[in-house]
Amino acid sequence: MKSAFLILAAAIPLAAQVSYDRIRQADSEPGNWLTYSGGYNAQRYSRLDQINATNVRRLHAAWVYQIKATDAFETTPLVVDGIMYLSEPGGSVTALDTVTGRPMWKYTRTLPDNVRGCCGQVNRGVAILGEMVYVGTFDAHLIALDIKSGIVRWDSEVADPKLGHSITGAPLAIKDKIVVGMAGGEYGVRGFVDAYDAKTGQRAWRFWTVPAPGEPGSETWTGDSLKNGAATTWVTGAYDPEQNLVLWGTGNPGPDWNGDVRGGDNLYSDSLVALDGDTGKLKWYFQFTPHDVHDWDATEVPVLADVVVRGERRKAVLFGNRNAFYYVLDRTNGKFLAGRPYAEQTWASGLDNSGRPIVLPNTSPTEEGTKLFPNLGGGTNWFSPSFSPQTNLFYLSAHDVGGIYYKGEAEYRPGAQFNGGGFGPIPGVERSGAIRALNSATGELKWEFPLHSGAWAGVLSTAGNLVFGSSNEGDFYALDATAGRLLWRFQTGARINANPITYLSGGKQHVAIASGNSIFAFALE
Amino acid sequence: MRLLRLVLSIMLPLAVVVPLAAQVDPEYVIPKTNPNTSPADVTRGEQLFKGQCAGCHGPKGEGGRGAVLAQPRLRRAVDDESLFRTIRDGVRGTEMPGADTITSREIWQMASYVRSLGRLPGENVPGDAKRGENLYRTKGNCSRCHVVAGEGTAIGPELTEIGARRGSSRLRSALLDPESVLPEGFLQLRLVTADGRRITGLRLNEDTFTIQVRDLNGGLHSFVKEDLKELQKDPGKSPMPSFRGVLSPAEIDDLIAYLVSLRGKL
Repeated sequence: MKSAFLILAAAIPLAAQVSYDRIRQADSEPGNWLTYSGGYNAQRYSRLDQINATNVRRLHAAWVYQIKATDAFETTPLVVDGIMYLSEPGGSVTALDTVTGRPMWKYTRTLPDNVRGCCGQVNRGVAILGEMVYVGTFDAHLIALDIKSGIVRWDSEVADPKLGHSITGAPLAIKDKIVVGMAGGEYGVRGFVDAYDAKTGQRAWRFWTVPAPGEPGSETWTGDSLKNGAATTWVTGAYDPEQNLVLWGTGNPGPDWNGDVRGGDNLYSDSLVALDGDTGKLKWYFQFTPHDVHDWDATEVPVLADVVVRGERRKAVLFGNRNAFYYVLDRTNGKFLAGRPYAEQTWASGLDNSGRPIVLPNTSPTEEGTKLFPNLGGGTNWFSPSFSPQTNLFYLSAHDVGGIYYKGEAEYRPGAQFNGGGFGPIPGVERSGAIRALNSATGELKWEFPLHSGAWAGVLSTAGNLVFGSSNEGDFYALDATAGRLLWRFQTGARINANPITYLSGGKQHVAIASGNSIFAFALE
Repeated sequence: MRLLRLVLSIMLPLAVVVPLAAQVDPEYVIPKTNPNTSPADVTRGEQLFKGQCAGCHGPKGEGGRGAVLAQPRLRRAVDDESLFRTIRDGVRGTEMPGADTITSREIWQMASYVRSLGRLPGENVPGDAKRGENLYRTKGNCSRCHVVAGEGTAIGPELTEIGARRGSSRLRSALLDPESVLPEGFLQLRLVTADGRRITGLRLNEDTFTIQVRDLNGGLHSFVKEDLKELQKDPGKSPMPSFRGVLSPAEIDDLIAYLVSLRGKL
């Protein structure tokens, strides 16, 4: 009891100083988890090795913290000097003592009645910079909270929630700015990535992911279809400090399943955009799925790593895309270096030399229904992959599930869903998935750990030669990072829709994951 | 469509200012029963459903990310009024958003389409339901594996409301050729335990590491999969016997008449 108090008391003064340099050098203090993906490179890899392949079987639950909301609990908590900051559905935030699991403060976001969003009032996490915690809310506000009390320092409306805008992803703190994406791709909104002054909440820049008429890229939309072009930005991107580049994935064009009303490639939907961190100006882009008609957002997490491609060391972006292909891009210019499918897919015969998919005929949605792999959920989705510099493998939760895509009428009304069709499962076929480890330079499969129905949850790799993963049935487990063998598992009792993190608390390594409506923290006995 | 877009683009600035309030009338008193149930309403409801709901619920309400709607009883919408509220307001704490930007009439039209998906109207069939009930209890021995109104052993699906869920032709197939019409998610298993016991049963639940099973006497089992000597899944198989040749064609008609009459409180 006494030691817990001392550790906490010692920690509080430090908590007030999460500088940009600390986040930039996050891998030098693996005891903390300072930003959504662990570091700006979004590798979701930890150098901690107290818990390792030899002793992980002794992992046990240290504490459980339960929230009140019943929406899916998708948070990736941050940990700074002994305190965990977690977001809750809608945009509430709680600070917990990592030793006891007990709350220190709570900010409750009360949402207006008329908020709307396609997929639940979820929230995936917060950002921290200086003495503030930043959270995006389901009613599309960005809020700065005092790190010691949770009191609101500023509250900026990012976009009008009545038109279908919302924020579900964690913001990203870079230098003196807070970068934030938005959701609403099923409502025909116009997508953007924003940056706000961290101290004042004033908007510093906005990059529209759908160009205005006459701007470069507008020629990739027929008629005035770009007005409801979507391409939203609902998952946190990565940052390359060396180039001052924000790398952020964009979502599906609107309407989702009826492409007739929006001929062309529909830039910059389903793309990775690289933006200048100071101005938001587009430096380069790579579009994974031109003229998407299957709702395969490219809002997966881009992972920055230096890998050897065909004998040459490259500054790369590694990307496991919802369209079931894995990509390696040059992160200095967005050029395609390598790619191949990592999950079952029946829509493309491959990628050409520029990385553009070679789309097979008869794969678009129809009124009668078109059977295709992957399904709406994709080969993977928003949940995070991981890259281990120790094994040079790229780990992700993959799904081999097909579905039936239907085309329907696309009728835009402000604030209403704008889907242009529907989607159904293939009757009688069971879902399946796996944790896959890919050669990071080629995408070739190194090993896989099959799962009963897959995992709508991310992975974490550590220097303890471990990969932590989850399952739709509530299992949380550790695999050998080199070979994929099961080393430990724990049944949490509810579906897991979150990414794991690891950190030190009281000098001991912990691993935490949200499951059901609870956060579980594990440590060695 | 082009005209619509033109109108929309002209209307848009106005729509942004006043927009959504025009659609939702807070004073609207929801009637107890759906006032828009004509075939034209169902057709318009289908159109709206396919544009706004089918992404999660499937175009025919077969379910997916959203709940299966092609069933006679909807848990969150037991009557018309609650179905209206569910569509208009969404379901807090789930992925179901509200549809408060469409008119009340359109919500009712969607509701009409949703109701058309899963609830079968009563059916006139040739057999005698009274004789069928007797066959169910005696020669058919159906309660050995099925429950009606609380009586019987729960191995196969409960039949208390089967007449509202399944038409006579499907019930006939189920009696004559059970494996041609297995329920969604139904899976027969054969397994051998570590100590050599052989169990045939139905899967209750499964994850990556474990499996839960009901045997053909109703007994419950749970196993760690790697502890089993054998685990055989028989998709498309059923322990239910065919009644072809066991019951006469007239008796089959009687049994179907009884099953069609089982509508619970629907």
